[in-house]
Amino acid sequence: MSHLRIATGAPGTAGPGLGSARQSNRRRRKLEAGMAKGLMLTCTGIITGSLLLILWSIVSKGLPSLSWEMITSIPGGGFYIGKGGGILNAIIGSIYISLGSVALALLVSVPVVLYINAYAQSHSVLVNFTRLVFDVLFGIPSIVYGAFGFTLMVALGLRASLWAGILTVALMVIPILTRAMDEVFKLAPPELSDATYSLGATRWETAKVLLRQSVSGIVTAILLSFGRAIGDAATVLFTAGYTDSIPTSLGQPAATLPLAIFFQLGSPIAEVRNRAYAAAVILTVIVLIISLAGKYFGKRLSRYKV
Amino acid sequence: MSQQSSTIGSEVTWSAEGAAVNTADANAAGSAGAYPGASEPPHLSVRNLHVHVGGNHILKNINIDIPNKGITSFIGPSGCGKTTLLKTLNRLLDRQKGVVVKGAVLVDGVNIYDKEVEVTDMRKKMGLLSQRPFPLPMSIFDNIAYGPRIHGIKKKKQLEEIVEYYLRATHLWEEVKDRLNQSAAALSIGQQQRLCLARGLAVEPEIILGDEPTSALDPVSTQRIEELFLQLKDKYTLILVTHILRQARRLSDTIVFLYMGEIIEYGPAEDVLLHPREKLTQEYVKGFIS
Repeated sequence: MSHLRIATGAPGTAGPGLGSARQSNRRRRKLEAGMAKGLMLTCTGIITGSLLLILWSIVSKGLPSLSWEMITSIPGGGFYIGKGGGILNAIIGSIYISLGSVALALLVSVPVVLYINAYAQSHSVLVNFTRLVFDVLFGIPSIVYGAFGFTLMVALGLRASLWAGILTVALMVIPILTRAMDEVFKLAPPELSDATYSLGATRWETAKVLLRQSVSGIVTAILLSFGRAIGDAATVLFTAGYTDSIPTSLGQPAATLPLAIFFQLGSPIAEVRNRAYAAAVILTVIVLIISLAGKYFGKRLSRYKV
Repeated sequence: MSQQSSTIGSEVTWSAEGAAVNTADANAAGSAGAYPGASEPPHLSVRNLHVHVGGNHILKNINIDIPNKGITSFIGPSGCGKTTLLKTLNRLLDRQKGVVVKGAVLVDGVNIYDKEVEVTDMRKKMGLLSQRPFPLPMSIFDNIAYGPRIHGIKKKKQLEEIVEYYLRATHLWEEVKDRLNQSAAALSIGQQQRLCLARGLAVEPEIILGDEPTSALDPVSTQRIEELFLQLKDKYTLILVTHILRQARRLSDTIVFLYMGEIIEYGPAEDVLLHPREKLTQEYVKGFIS
């Protein structure tokens, strides 16, 4: 290095003007980096802080009312004025509806995603249009899906039922599931399908390899959709209805946790309001269990991912 | 275009010279574009090929017969169309947007751009090695067995034999025989590239296409792949794209020099590299353009 310095003059004065500008520039760059870091930390803090606050308010109000009876029995007489019983009806109803709707949505979403990623010419008009449609559907508020489902029910002469709830929630979840899976499929390296095609694979065989490659992303998409499905009140309000008993067939109405929270939260009786928070705790725990299980299986299924 | 016609004209000359190397075939010199020493028709020929991608004329009037067996290298500066040419040979280019292909690519005499051609059967004849190895998201065993499986081999015993045979052929067997059920992604990148080669060989292709197959590898892995190519060239027709002149020199039997989408010169490696006829080839080989 030393001979280089001799060749270009004094150290640090290699080029014209750089030496004098360097000091203030260094300070400015350091300040900029510091400000950026500060902004990131602040935002992260605000988000995690508010989440923790929500969790705290749910747990602190709900935990005292949470009892074994609450999760193992259906509402008894006078439950809504603070007497004995539980919300097993809503727990079961919510699990039925969210599992059913996500399964139904998967049946529709997977073929769509495979088509736009493995079959159709990439960036063709049809593909772009399909993605646009799903983006728009993504943004429609869930009450509109609920109203749509209700209109359909009225037109068909159906009454509020588990079946209608599952269908309507599935409609709401399909765009979420499709777009989330689509993003994962787009990440698969194009060379992967080059490789299978070069081995003489058909499009369907290639699609199956892409499916394997994207399995962890599909699990994430399912979890995302499950969270939306189990937490949404507006779609099930008119379609699944509400009942104090556990549905035994698809034709019967079903209670759901979000509606259980909604109805109890409006009560003038403090004990009932606290039970709403207990129901929220149950909802959160269910989502947590499903997430952890999903993460575990996703990891196992994607151990061959490249 | 004058460049082009002079190239085609000179092919015949080369054919005549080539006949001295291998006197097997008298017809070779007669048919336009035939290569020297052809005792059987070439597996792969390209006729009047023009490729446009998104309005750009990427390949211009390509005419070439790839000699059977041995290693043919496409060389030329970045952006000259060597990879595009390689990808038109097994129709992988079709998958890109805005590609228009005119002309013919004949594989065993059949134009693969004909509508009736079954693309999967055609592609099975051609293995591909990409710049970076891309193992399939499965175990090492399943990577090799994938091709034979989709082509109808179901018996476990037979698949085991195939897997071992091709892992031995690519000198991977000793390194992986105890972990055949582990993910292929866990292998080193050099091992992955040999796995991809074994995977391609397992569907019994006639031709192996390599798109700068060593560009992501370390020197030792590169050397192993090159040794493999030299072993395979007696049984397969290898077509490599490379931007490394020294590699082309080490491996090639035939060199195709492309510049701005045209074939400037092609012939036996020694002729093109040591005694290039065209000025552009001379400049490229000497390193003035790259």
